[in-house]
Amino acid sequence: MAETTHRSHPTPAAYWGIALFLAVVTAIEIAIPSISAFDPVKVPLLLGLAIIKFGTVVMFFMHLRYDKKLYRTLFLLGVIGVVPLMVIMLLSMDAL
Amino acid sequence: MTSEAAPVEAHDTHDVRPIRKAAMWVFLGSEAMFFGSMIATFLLYRNTTADGPGAEIFNIPFTSASSFVLLMSSLTMVLAHNAFEKRDARATRIWLLATALLGITFLAGQIFEFTEFVHEGLKVSTSSFGSAFYMLTGFHGAHVAIGVTMLLAMFFLSLDGRLYEDRGLNVELIGLYWHFVDIVWIIIFTVVYLLQV
Repeated sequence: MAETTHRSHPTPAAYWGIALFLAVVTAIEIAIPSISAFDPVKVPLLLGLAIIKFGTVVMFFMHLRYDKKLYRTLFLLGVIGVVPLMVIMLLSMDAL
Repeated sequence: MTSEAAPVEAHDTHDVRPIRKAAMWVFLGSEAMFFGSMIATFLLYRNTTADGPGAEIFNIPFTSASSFVLLMSSLTMVLAHNAFEKRDARATRIWLLATALLGITFLAGQIFEFTEFVHEGLKVSTSSFGSAFYMLTGFHGAHVAIGVTMLLAMFFLSLDGRLYEDRGLNVELIGLYWHFVDIVWIIIFTVVYLLQV
């Protein structure tokens, strides 16, 4: 829809390419826990890869990269709001 | 000939589509907080197994395959939306059905996984770990089931050409919901499964 789109959406070929990228990242994620050399950095590495996959789906498949900034702001309010919510929950239970 | 209906909402004096789309993003933002609180609850109780089974019973290869299925359903969903924008009704129908079938496959995997866990002694009432695990993954599964229902509704509407009448935005909104279900699982798969083994 022209009134809500600032840039044209990716082509079907680009969507297949993005899916291939996501599949490769998933394969890396699955391999990491079984490789002991990654143990010291397992947590940040797996969380980082999950954030990359999360961001890729949101930006390209959900078209947040191409849509109005308002939509991005509305969604980010919820996503960023999760962090203090989780910290407060964990602090209240003496888990941090 | 691929298109099959009249222009969308030509009779409207004002366009409410951006408002509906903004409302959907607000809803998804609130859902993010909803799932965030349940993930925090799981993290609180991940070691509270009360001598019952814990994360060691997870079947990572099986859950990885399920995760891959759900991830690929995001591809078929975006291809359905792309075909819809091009008014290619046949391709829209095929990709909507493919997305629903992948969602059903994921749900079947989750039911199998839950059944296996119960046989191994992990029930909702076994421990706080069990309660938190089933609450989080079960609520996510319920979201997938709702998504599959909406996808199948869109598919059946498309069969008699009613998809384009006044439901232009619905495919996009259901797509946003479906992708959201996928991104929530991306986090759950990492935090609940991969980081616990």
